[in-house]
Amino acid sequence: MEELLSIFVRSIFVENMVFAYYLGMCSYLAVSKSVKTAMGLGLAVTFVLLCTLPINYLLENYVLKEGALASWLGEEFASVDLSFLSLIIFIAVIASFVQLVEMIVEKFAPALYASLGIFLPLIAVNCAILGGSLFMQQKAFANIGEATVYGFGSGIGWLVAIVGIAAIREKLAYSDIPKPLKGLGITFIITGLMGIGFMCFSGLNI
Amino acid sequence: MGLLSNKNKEVLISPLSRNNPVIIRMLGICSALAVTSKLEPSIVMGISVTAVLAFANVIISLIRNTIPNRIRIIVQLVVVAALVTIVSEVLKAFAYDVNKQLSVFVGLIITNCILMGRLEAFALGNRPWESFLDGIGNGAGYAIILILVGFFRELLGSGTLLGIQVVPTFLYDSGYVNNGLMILPPMALITVAVIIWVHRSRNRDLQEN
Repeated sequence: MEELLSIFVRSIFVENMVFAYYLGMCSYLAVSKSVKTAMGLGLAVTFVLLCTLPINYLLENYVLKEGALASWLGEEFASVDLSFLSLIIFIAVIASFVQLVEMIVEKFAPALYASLGIFLPLIAVNCAILGGSLFMQQKAFANIGEATVYGFGSGIGWLVAIVGIAAIREKLAYSDIPKPLKGLGITFIITGLMGIGFMCFSGLNI
Repeated sequence: MGLLSNKNKEVLISPLSRNNPVIIRMLGICSALAVTSKLEPSIVMGISVTAVLAFANVIISLIRNTIPNRIRIIVQLVVVAALVTIVSEVLKAFAYDVNKQLSVFVGLIITNCILMGRLEAFALGNRPWESFLDGIGNGAGYAIILILVGFFRELLGSGTLLGIQVVPTFLYDSGYVNNGLMILPPMALITVAVIIWVHRSRNRDLQEN
């Protein structure tokens, strides 16, 4: 239990997808103009991460890893190493889940669907999500619970980041910024400053 | 129509500055920031993305009339994922150290928005040769930003370039120290912001209101 809590807190604050690895920056910069849309996209990303990580974890450990097939197909498969397929398999799982989320949002929250526009299908290519799966592969979690918690925590971390920057940008509309920095430039600088802020969590341990 | 007519030149050159994918269109920022703490991985990443982008553009452009509209995203992802797998295996074989430094970011070329953006916006509506030029142009535009950021971060952060010491020792003796902050992730964002600042103060029509 303690282990899970530690993974959860670390993935939100210490290994924040946006501030530590810059993943999912494209939609982070483009959809962060209002808090409401940012919240919607953040929740969608969290949901997709939460669902795809356990699935990819199972695929990784029972199909793709070297010798993984042997555990349920018999010893003659012990030398099969399918890990070169992992990129394609992971992205296929993610793309199909995003399709599902898109249909759900379109049906139950049409207003949100309209305001997210192209960025909803683009969750499929949101690096935070594929990044989650690849980091999961790199970290070699001990069981599916840890992988799920990691996915959930990373999603929440991304949500915190995008809602934070959206709130700041709403206020920024009224401030006097040098013209060449308006829009993209100042958003970069603020993200950098937020990143420096988040670095103070780096020694955090539970 | 020569191979490099005026229109094609425009396609090749405009992404370098006026239509730069990173600092104007906000595409492909994730990886642009993450790998740039040193110059060498920045160069390797720039080349890899250019290669994948050029060939993905050509392939999609060749089959653009046969892809059903509804499943085009998945088709694009499969093409890109296959090319990235090739690049990743090549890097593992010939540049293992750099591959280690790039870690997951080679795989993340798949989700690099520049790829999807160019495939959607250009390759689906243009012929293979123009798409190839567009891929090279945008890849180079991306690589330029990466190399600039990598150059400044490595120079100011560790005093080296490509691993070779360039800041002379007498500077250190007289009290100069490397700015350790430049190596840390947040400074990549601020470096890019400075590049945007300089670029937009030279091109006033690109400024946002």
